[in-house]
Amino acid sequence: MSSSYADYGEIVLDHYENPRNVGEFEQPDAVALVGNPACGDQMKMSLRIRDGVVEEARFKAFGCGAAIAASSMTTTLIRGMKLEDLEKITNRTVAEALGGLPPAKLHCSVLAEEAIREALADYRRRAPGRLAAPDRSRVPMGPGSTDQTGAERK
Amino acid sequence: MDHHATTPVLPEVLDAMLPFLKEDFGNASSTTHLYGKRASDAVEAARRHVADLFSASPSEIVFTSGATESDNLAIRGAARAARAKGDHIVTCAIEHEAVLETCHELESEGFRVTRLPVDRHGWVDPESVLRALTPRTILVSIHAANNEIGTIEPIADIGRIARERGLLFHTDAAQAAGRIPLDVEAMSVDLLAMSAHKMYGPKGVGALYVRKRTPLEAQVHGGGQEKKRRSGTLNVPGIVGLGKAAEVAMRDMTGESARLAALRDDLWRRISSSIEGVTMNGHPVHRLPNNLNVTVKHAEGEAMLMALRDAAALSTGSACASGAMRGSYVLRALGVAEDDAHSALRFGLGRSNTAEQIETIAGRLQRAVARLRALSPFHEGAEARGGATRVV
Repeated sequence: MSSSYADYGEIVLDHYENPRNVGEFEQPDAVALVGNPACGDQMKMSLRIRDGVVEEARFKAFGCGAAIAASSMTTTLIRGMKLEDLEKITNRTVAEALGGLPPAKLHCSVLAEEAIREALADYRRRAPGRLAAPDRSRVPMGPGSTDQTGAERK
Repeated sequence: MDHHATTPVLPEVLDAMLPFLKEDFGNASSTTHLYGKRASDAVEAARRHVADLFSASPSEIVFTSGATESDNLAIRGAARAARAKGDHIVTCAIEHEAVLETCHELESEGFRVTRLPVDRHGWVDPESVLRALTPRTILVSIHAANNEIGTIEPIADIGRIARERGLLFHTDAAQAAGRIPLDVEAMSVDLLAMSAHKMYGPKGVGALYVRKRTPLEAQVHGGGQEKKRRSGTLNVPGIVGLGKAAEVAMRDMTGESARLAALRDDLWRRISSSIEGVTMNGHPVHRLPNNLNVTVKHAEGEAMLMALRDAAALSTGSACASGAMRGSYVLRALGVAEDDAHSALRFGLGRSNTAEQIETIAGRLQRAVARLRALSPFHEGAEARGGATRVV
């Protein structure tokens, strides 16, 4: 029974204590649910996209302090970003923005990268003009989860 | 509140040790002069105190570097010494790694190991021990109490089964020593491992009780200082500290155990009444007086620790250290679901903990859990929506 939260830097602690952009949208344009509570971490990312730009990003997360901080930081990084630039965000981008993560916690930033990839994939799957649930086949669902549905925004 | 991991050295323990780090620096084996004689006398006094803790004879106490070495010496030493008689060892799934890894290593030497399951409280059924025995069984090793969930095992019943069949019985008492009464005669124990630092003594010193005439192959060879069962210049200051810690434990055990049990029960009452979805892990009755292990559904263990970090030092049931980590093997052996195993907190109360701290921690935990559950993507109610966006 051990923990490495004592190794976290100030930025990680700040985003853990004061997470930004927590929540979700009633009518998201893209949703990603990655990770698995059985492995200790799960991240849900919801995006609102307008004219090819991430207008707003929200997250929910179950996980350690680093997972919460990585989720929070990711939403701040991608807000206002063009979709084509979203592809350039990697786990290293997130880890560096956090001022670094302990080696044992780098997988938390990988989860953030996966969330972005999955959100983009979900966005592409959603054809304009119809409701579509995100494809959850690639990610395990936690207890109590329900399918998200996105509505075309007027 | 992490006294299962270690405990601070008591002032009276430190005071007893200091002379042997300064003027009384003699080698306990060098009894041809006063320096050595003083050291030797101090070691033997400590040996008596440790023996008294277990109702043993001083000659049955072997000083080691700690419980891990004691477990290694007991299991490997007894198994190898009994190799001509058999090759089967019975232990249980939730033992400390010092036992499990030693057994695993012995498998590579051709020994066979049965790891008994436990029930949902972490309890080893003595009948399951009986059923596991074979004509080739030589050793039974079941810990006195578990380090995570605090469950106290039915050692006397298991010891009797082993004794009736002429088998050696070892118990890892690292967590139980100094916290609950242990009587090697009443419990039919042949080998008992313990550590000083779990009971307010120094780190790096422990003991193995070895019943008279128990065959045991030494694991550390050299000068044969400990009746040839273990070699190495004796750590006199550490042993003196262990002796004093044992003396203090004998003196204070009853009162301190009752005090800690009352604090622990108050902590559980506060947590369980203020936070939904909390379950206690471990035995509801047969558990260490200072232990509380809880699962707080939909709140990750380390995240809870972080929220409490300026109020208490605690442990969780898992270490988030890889992308595919697994929760505590102890909790999983109890049947705790994989995701719930990541939501465990272990409280190990000790001498420094007070009623005020319990009140503070319970309140802080309640607030932390509420915050973390609000963050959770799958906590009940998380899917409810009150508007276009909901920012917590």
